[in-house]
Amino acid sequence: MRGWMKDRAENAGPVVEARGLDLVFQTADGPVQALKDVNLTIDKGDFVSFIGPSGCGKTTFLRCIAALEHPTGGSLTVNGMTPDEARRKRAYGYVFQAAGLYPWRTIAGNIRLPLEIMGFARDEQDRRVKDVLQLVDLEGFGGKFPWQLSGGMQQRASIARALAFDADILLMDEPFGALDEIVRDRLNEELLKLWARTGKTIGFVTHSIPEAVYLSTKIVVMSPRPGRITDVIESSLPKERPLDIRDSRAFIEIAHRVREGLRAGHGDEM
Amino acid sequence: MLRSLVPVLTVVAAIVGLWYLAAIWMNATWVYDQAAREGREVMLVDLVTETLHQERPVLPAPHQVAKGLYDGFFGQKVTSKRSLVYHGWVTLSATLLGFVMGSGLGILLAVGIVYNRAMDMSVMPWAIASQTIPILAIAPMIIVVLNSMGVQGIVPKAIISAYLSFFPVVVGMVKGLRAPDGMQLDLLRTYNASAVQTFAKLRLPSSMPYLFASLKVGVAASLVGTIVGELPTGAVAGLGSRLLSGSYYGQTVQIWAALFAAALLAASLVAIIGLAERVVLQRMGLVR
Repeated sequence: MRGWMKDRAENAGPVVEARGLDLVFQTADGPVQALKDVNLTIDKGDFVSFIGPSGCGKTTFLRCIAALEHPTGGSLTVNGMTPDEARRKRAYGYVFQAAGLYPWRTIAGNIRLPLEIMGFARDEQDRRVKDVLQLVDLEGFGGKFPWQLSGGMQQRASIARALAFDADILLMDEPFGALDEIVRDRLNEELLKLWARTGKTIGFVTHSIPEAVYLSTKIVVMSPRPGRITDVIESSLPKERPLDIRDSRAFIEIAHRVREGLRAGHGDEM
Repeated sequence: MLRSLVPVLTVVAAIVGLWYLAAIWMNATWVYDQAAREGREVMLVDLVTETLHQERPVLPAPHQVAKGLYDGFFGQKVTSKRSLVYHGWVTLSATLLGFVMGSGLGILLAVGIVYNRAMDMSVMPWAIASQTIPILAIAPMIIVVLNSMGVQGIVPKAIISAYLSFFPVVVGMVKGLRAPDGMQLDLLRTYNASAVQTFAKLRLPSSMPYLFASLKVGVAASLVGTIVGELPTGAVAGLGSRLLSGSYYGQTVQIWAALFAAALLAASLVAIIGLAERVVLQRMGLVR
């Protein structure tokens, strides 16, 4: 807890700043406007969820931040740099929808992968692998191969992999989308604890309203064709969030506003 | 193990039985001709014994081939020109050299195709064209050209062998090196991994199952290439020359013995690669 509050006070500059961001894909069927005039500021320590129906550009926006897609208009900075510079400085860890662990590496070996690529010393690698395995509650599983673990455990390992190096931004693209609801609830709870402990800035793509409201300090509601932001909701929920906060009045009100935002976005299109 | 033994033995027994029937049927003409010349009747018993014990049968019976193989392997010193061990070694050494050359070339070409756009567009058509030319036509030319340049012995045969074995390796390795999906490549991009790191940590390990599958095809093709390469060398040594001299002198048993020796050799080579595959993939955790 202490970590992120202090950091947030000291570091006032935005982590991610998008101004009038446009992205047009050239496809065989002509140009497709994936993002249109997206304006968003993410501050240090924020937990920002992107929610919207498929095709609304939430994943595309996350990929723009990660410099995996390149905007065709507007400006986007990450830690005050261009996304590509930030990528080269290894500013973020990215968690994909599938765990994407290498089947020929053990869990520890998979977490070691970014560390090897970034040239950490061997004993430093060992220390970090041990630390993040503990952080995601996978102690004792380092020597197992991915297929020996359940889907939820594999996804936790992939989060550990993204946490292993010193990126202070964590970008997560529907990381729990393929998991069942019970596992998902538990992982959401753990993710919040992890966020509180590490003080990372998190960008989180989801299409579940309860998930977005439960996790976020800021909820970005998006709508499709063209992909754009229709509402940005600052959450009034406290930092400490037990699972039963989802029955509270405040939670239900925010969820309602998200649903309204989604419906409004759909209405324009009809 | 025992469960699979019964069906395997049943199939082998059926093949041997059919083979005996075919031998009797195909060698019968000669027996009837002999009998007509000598003016005697051919009884069924005579037909069977005489068709199965000819010196130059049209189709040698299994036990004749087995004896030919046994004599070839154990009947004389392994350095003898009549020994299948000697000829087998001549063929094997050229096969192994050709296989190493061919696989190495195949892997290099595949890396080039995956990483270089110009090679991607240009190499594959040539590789495919190379395999449409009958090896039987190109082998003598390679031997003659290399001979005029003073290259003799094992190398020309190995080159023909490599010519046949590089192709499956190219095809398999290109597929294998391209096996990682977009997400896995994106992941390495977020780590800002270099091209060499992407190759060593992702593409190469992903290609291993593909590599071994194509090496199995490649080693068998290597052996065929070497045997074909031995045919135009004037039948000096090697299983190919055994086949050729056997057909010159009507020694069908010798031909069949050499054929089976070649088949045994190919099976052992494929089995050795299969074993290496098991060990490597098991250590990589890709076999459960």
